[in-house]
Amino acid sequence: MPISDSDPRLDVAHAAGAAAVALRGCWNVQGLSDGAGGARARRRIAALRGALTDCAADASARWDLTRVEALDHVGALMLWQAWGGRRPAHLEMREQHRQLFDNLAAIVHAPAAAARRDLLAPVAAVGAEMLRFLEHLTGFVRLLGQLSLDLARFAARPQAGPWREISANVYRAGAQALGITALVGFLIGIVLSYLSAKQLKQFGADVFIVDLLGVAIIRELGPVLAAILVAGRSGSAMTASLGVMRVTEELDALTVMGIPHGFRLIMPKVLALAVALPLLILWTDAVSLLGGMVAAKIQLDLSIAFFFDALPAAVKIENLWIGLAKGAVFGALIALVSCHFGLRIEPNTESLGRGTTSAVVSSITVVILADAVFAIAFSNVGI
Amino acid sequence: MAATAHSDDYVIEIEGLWTRFGDFVVHRGVDLKVRAGEILALVGGSGSGKTTLLRQMLGLETPHQGSVRVFGQRLDTADTVALRALRNRWGVLFQEGALYSALPVFDNIALPLRELKCFDEALIRDIVHLKLAMVGIEARHAAKMPADLSGGMVKRIALARALALEPELVFLDEPTAGLDPDRSDSFVALIRSLHRELKLTVVMVTHDLDTLFELTTCVAVLADQKVIANAPVREVIAIPHPFIKTFFLGERAQRAIEVIRDYPFVV
Ligand SMILES: Nc1ncnc2c1ncn2[C@@H]1O[C@H](COP(=O)(O)OP(=O)(O)OP(=O)(O)O)[C@@H](O)[C@H]1O
Ligand SMILES: [Mg+2]
Repeated sequence: MPISDSDPRLDVAHAAGAAAVALRGCWNVQGLSDGAGGARARRRIAALRGALTDCAADASARWDLTRVEALDHVGALMLWQAWGGRRPAHLEMREQHRQLFDNLAAIVHAPAAAARRDLLAPVAAVGAEMLRFLEHLTGFVRLLGQLSLDLARFAARPQAGPWREISANVYRAGAQALGITALVGFLIGIVLSYLSAKQLKQFGADVFIVDLLGVAIIRELGPVLAAILVAGRSGSAMTASLGVMRVTEELDALTVMGIPHGFRLIMPKVLALAVALPLLILWTDAVSLLGGMVAAKIQLDLSIAFFFDALPAAVKIENLWIGLAKGAVFGALIALVSCHFGLRIEPNTESLGRGTTSAVVSSITVVILADAVFAIAFSNVGI
Repeated sequence: MAATAHSDDYVIEIEGLWTRFGDFVVHRGVDLKVRAGEILALVGGSGSGKTTLLRQMLGLETPHQGSVRVFGQRLDTADTVALRALRNRWGVLFQEGALYSALPVFDNIALPLRELKCFDEALIRDIVHLKLAMVGIEARHAAKMPADLSGGMVKRIALARALALEPELVFLDEPTAGLDPDRSDSFVALIRSLHRELKLTVVMVTHDLDTLFELTTCVAVLADQKVIANAPVREVIAIPHPFIKTFFLGERAQRAIEVIRDYPFVV
């Protein structure tokens, strides 16, 4: 590398028994880092520090800083560290640089926290985790309580309710999700029909595909599928929007204006999902069954008309009601869990990401838990 | 290679700059030049386009017409390597601080230094503590997260971060807004001493008349969508323009002028 005038360097001369050290070039961040930093600059800095330390070992050395082209705090700090935190006996420098070293003398370090080994740390961690879980639980219960109060208020005076917010949420969580639920539902219908058709054919039980698809989709798959898609789509959006509102103090602004955010933000979301999800489930069921029919037609040569005829007999209507009831419960749960996490977001970007992830994971888990409860509670209805 | 600017070099040159948002014209042929070693204050009414002009000097926005040169380099045509080298030579204090909320105070200041990948951790630690001491933040706050700081502390830490790479040029957007009078004074003292020791060039947006009178070598007035004056504050006051009259010679300004001790600050 060609040496230019502004490269930082040391001139060491030995005269009359004492070393004379003269600094030249740019001893500032620009000069030291070569403009953009990188490995070469790092090697050069290491070399300079080595040379400085060698020179500083000689207490009688004469230091001459008057000929540097530029010197800033970083350059001064390298010298200061080589000198061991004090000025050498023989030092010449320009007046304007004196202040730099005065500033360096004022550096205060935070006392390093003593790293103590704690044998009980794992136990404490488990305990902290438990407490955190309990805290989540109480927070969730408080949210539920607030929701009940808000619902009572809404029921008492429905004309003063947040209709606009509810309809906006139904549109966003419901209408805008029609495309994705249709696509996923159709494909799942095809896959399910295709795989079961092969098995049924072996036993000559072709016609039972209608029973299989009907019960599986209407009672179980449709609701869970739609709920998971909505949890990923709308749940995360709800958490993020509430989180950002909390970070930017919009929630506080609402509170001081006397606009309760439980009534205006959370209840509309819960109601909207409780309405939109059953409708989405109906739609997903229909499209999945269509997919199943198409696959059955191709694989088993079962006509569409036959499918329509056989369906009402094969699947009792209770299954549809159970599916839709599940939808309402799942929707409310997803909205509640998402709002719960949204309200706990701390004012930093990391917490926003973490909160959104937790919201989606938790709401899907809660949906599946609720699904298990439904399965046990209604085990002898409709089958 | 890092060339130091000569004292009569222009650090920033803006020529014939036009900015439009839709049909709304903010700048109508703005010309502004800033010499090395100057402390320039950009003043103007609310909505006159100061922040927008500052963002254009930083290359965050491109004007519709006209050119912006910083260190002789055109921002809109510079390649990424040149732009990167350029960005290591300036420091920016945003109006709201813009600290990285996911990083503690220490890492916020260390980030630009670590990004250069040539300084070792021991040196970086000392530099960070030096910067904190310079802006008057105690070392025990270094481990805090930005969300746990007061507004004034955020401002001072953001200033420490802007100064981390010992830039030749610093941009400050409303640096003293949100600081108590005592802190404002130490801010003025800090910028003044850095200016003396490091030949810093400063471009700041400020409405604070005390800072303006005590610190600046030059005041650029943005009014009528143009820079109508760029001169030392003493000369600017003499210009008969309605905005300048109300800004400097209004009642508030008169009170501020009475308390000036030693202005204009001469280099
Ligand atoms: N992205 C944008 N789109 C449309 N108009 C904009 C945009 N950014 C700025 N403006 C307009 O440009 C004008 C100048 O804005 P700017 O933020 O630069 O003002 P300012 O001088 O910094 O004011 P203040 O002192 O209040 O901060 C304003 O009228 C603003 O409405
Ligand atoms: Mg502004």
